[in-house]
Amino acid sequence: MATSVLEHSAVHHAEAKSGLWSWITTVDHKRIGILYGASAFLFFLLGGIEAFVIRLQLMTADNTLVSPEFYNQLFTMHGTTMIFLGVMPLSAMFFNYFIPLQIGARDVVFPRLNAFSYWVFLLGGLFINAGFFFNAWPNAGWFGYANLTSAQYSPGLNTDFWVIGLQILGIASIAAAVNFFVTIINMRAPGMTLLRMPMFVWMSFITQILLLLAFPVITVALVFLMMDRHFGTHFFIPAGGGDPILWQHLFWIFGHPEVYILILPAFGIVSEILPVFSRKPLFGYTAMVFSGVFIAFLGFGVWSHHMFATGMGPFADAFFSLSTMLIAVPTGVKIFNWIGTIWGGSLQFKTPMYFALGFIAMFIIGGLSGVMHSSPPADLQQTDTYFVVAHFHYVLFGGSIFALTGGAYYWLPKMTGRMLNETAGKIHFWLMLIGFNLTFAPMHILGLNGMPRRVYTYPAGLGFEFWNGLETVGAAIIVVSQLVFIVNLIVSLRRPRNAPADPWHGATLEWSIPSPPQEFNFPEVPEVKSSIPLWDLRRELGSLPEPQRVSGAGIHLPNPSYYPLVAAIGVFVTLGGILFAQPHFPWYVITLTGVAVLFYGVYRWAFEPAG
Amino acid sequence: MSDAAAHAMHPPTSTGLDNRKVAIWAFIGSECLFFASLISTYLVYKGKSLVGPLPHEASQCMLHGQMQRCEGVFEVPLVTAGTAVLLFSSFFVVLALYGAQKGNRKMLLGWLSATVACGLFFVGMQVYEFTHFYHKGMGYGTNLFSSTFFTLTGFHGSHVTLGVIWLSTILFLAARGKLPPEKALNLELAALYWHFVDVVWIVIFPVVYLMR
Amino acid sequence: MDAHVTVHSEEHSHPTPGLYFRVALILFFLTAAEVAAFELARRPGSLQSVVGPVVVPILLVLSAVKFALVAMFYMHLKQDSKLFATLFVFPLMIAAVIIIALIILFAYWRMPH
Repeated sequence: MATSVLEHSAVHHAEAKSGLWSWITTVDHKRIGILYGASAFLFFLLGGIEAFVIRLQLMTADNTLVSPEFYNQLFTMHGTTMIFLGVMPLSAMFFNYFIPLQIGARDVVFPRLNAFSYWVFLLGGLFINAGFFFNAWPNAGWFGYANLTSAQYSPGLNTDFWVIGLQILGIASIAAAVNFFVTIINMRAPGMTLLRMPMFVWMSFITQILLLLAFPVITVALVFLMMDRHFGTHFFIPAGGGDPILWQHLFWIFGHPEVYILILPAFGIVSEILPVFSRKPLFGYTAMVFSGVFIAFLGFGVWSHHMFATGMGPFADAFFSLSTMLIAVPTGVKIFNWIGTIWGGSLQFKTPMYFALGFIAMFIIGGLSGVMHSSPPADLQQTDTYFVVAHFHYVLFGGSIFALTGGAYYWLPKMTGRMLNETAGKIHFWLMLIGFNLTFAPMHILGLNGMPRRVYTYPAGLGFEFWNGLETVGAAIIVVSQLVFIVNLIVSLRRPRNAPADPWHGATLEWSIPSPPQEFNFPEVPEVKSSIPLWDLRRELGSLPEPQRVSGAGIHLPNPSYYPLVAAIGVFVTLGGILFAQPHFPWYVITLTGVAVLFYGVYRWAFEPAG
Repeated sequence: MSDAAAHAMHPPTSTGLDNRKVAIWAFIGSECLFFASLISTYLVYKGKSLVGPLPHEASQCMLHGQMQRCEGVFEVPLVTAGTAVLLFSSFFVVLALYGAQKGNRKMLLGWLSATVACGLFFVGMQVYEFTHFYHKGMGYGTNLFSSTFFTLTGFHGSHVTLGVIWLSTILFLAARGKLPPEKALNLELAALYWHFVDVVWIVIFPVVYLMR
Repeated sequence: MDAHVTVHSEEHSHPTPGLYFRVALILFFLTAAEVAAFELARRPGSLQSVVGPVVVPILLVLSAVKFALVAMFYMHLKQDSKLFATLFVFPLMIAAVIIIALIILFAYWRMPH
């Protein structure tokens, strides 16, 4: 076949295939995916520990486990970590590993840019958390509302770590989004038209568009904030004529699409799992695609529903209320299609399926409380109470985390070559489901009874004690469920490889190659005739033969490179230097050094042979 | 010539479009939102400065340690010159690209040099303008107008600077004969970015300088 | 220079320098028109009362035409793949909506209640 082997002089990849250096210089999307996954999981555990300390503090009334100051840092870093360092990069792990595999490609379109994204992400995540060691963990909330973040009200370095860290992470997100966007547009296997792409690829595709269009806005808002803090401007400072509300607008113009950046990959994962374990193609494929597009598009027109309490006037309230309610329609389409997919199917109750079904149930609860918020009068009652906390944990934890966990059980055998234990997986699921609901369901009640968010304690006698105690018990159960997962993962990794290429009888291309895939993914670029290529083949052949590992001689792969890391360090130093922006301190020397390193990295990168 | 040969060199893409060109367009799309945020902020804060100086109108401002009456700061003729030069540089770079695609080395080098010169002129104009404003008592944090103006035009200027660096690199390569027609895309990508920077200025010029 | 001949000839054709030059001329005159509108609206005179009230729409239209000319002819969106045009126009639409929405939202604050 013409597509099989590209006539190239064999480039030698005999360099290092294992060891630390091979990971530092890797441009293999699978390895970068694993790096994303490992880093993000550690950050996720850190965010979980932060949450658990919060729950311990709130377990009883008038508790003094942590100081109010430290409590502020805990809830700020819990939110920041879970969103930017947990859910987003866990999704990025799946983007990296499975977008190329699902579209039948040998790598992403710009492998070195992919490595750059990862390194920038890692350095940004470490930067935000580095504040901890200087007693300056960010402490103004993950939303960083002005003018609490001004130099006057947040004099320490806490907010600087947050601002600069998010800027660094934003660069990683934009670079990655360009990469995956072009990958999906241009690297599809022959025959894979847009409407034959797996649903995970579709939802990821929409996510990249959201990333591209939403992140520039937060970048600008963060620049303004940085200037306010260090360079004497008054963008958000009323004393100089600035308007703190502008921060909220810019933040939520980014922030609402960001919500869909967090949930759309989860929609994609669930839309992969449900058909496979129902032995039925996805119900309403085209409707699923267009509802996703519609959700993303509307996502840019609803941001002010986060701001009803700022008093925008009846016209704006009515507009944003209606546009928000409208989003319930495509979301409902998705939920009915998932139910339609499992309806009448031959259900296989494996762990991934448990999590996917748990996702649907939990997400519906979170979605319903979201519709409640879309009404300004109801929202005014609920703003800044635990009701809101309950809502977004049902969509982000009950939604995203359940789906990502299901995705892990579904795809880890492909990534590691080892099956996870089913019994432990189901214990994980039930503990997580019970713990999750014990933790977050009572928050609805507490919120409606008036318990405010972001306050480090509450007095006795308001009727908050019982529910808070129950929530902490639930949080402990969640912790246990994660321990079960970690043990399951470690035990499976210590075993020899035992995963077949296609343990679940999957429908998409990643199951047509050995687990874990070889470096070049596909010995021959596959041809695709529908959105379920492997089921087509299975119907044709009766059963699928186990694919053999083959020699990749002659298959052309990109060279490893450390310049992406050099460029990432340049970005890190450039922006990190601003942390030292004090009068009479030559901080710009640090920043200019960073710029020099960045340029050196980019130029060497541009002129080295890509392979 | 050989489509086949070309395809052997670059794996075919699903859309038939070049990967890097799709990427630069996606990035340009992303940049639209970046400048939209800056322009929105400029407009939202228009007329809300608490002290002078102001763009066009006379106002009270702090100069040499005391409040005094000062004139509007904008020098429209100067900026019009810069605008015209930037517009012409867009014209020059398409001519350079045309030369690169046709293998006309003279045309490529000549017009690309002209483009870089125009870019440098524009950056110089902006440096002069900023310094001039500063001496008129308009620091970065003086008022909302100065902050939003310097941030918006400053980010645009840094994009111009980046474009000058990119185009200069390509000029350097072209001068050493490393930009044959089949590599003209290298210039096309930089040119697209350059045009984008130009269209942003096409918006900024009337919105910031000409609307009162 | 016969620009119109070659435009539709082959797949990878680009407009000729002649067309580029004409676009440059138009851009130049439109810029001159922008500055003229600005000056007329500013200076006391018989035309001020005519141009003054409509100077903002005039400038917006002129600017939009210039923008479109550069995008269509210099960025080659007119003959390049529609995908590129989509990649540019879709974000532009969202950008425009956000700019307009923010202006409206903040105008509300300045109204007396």
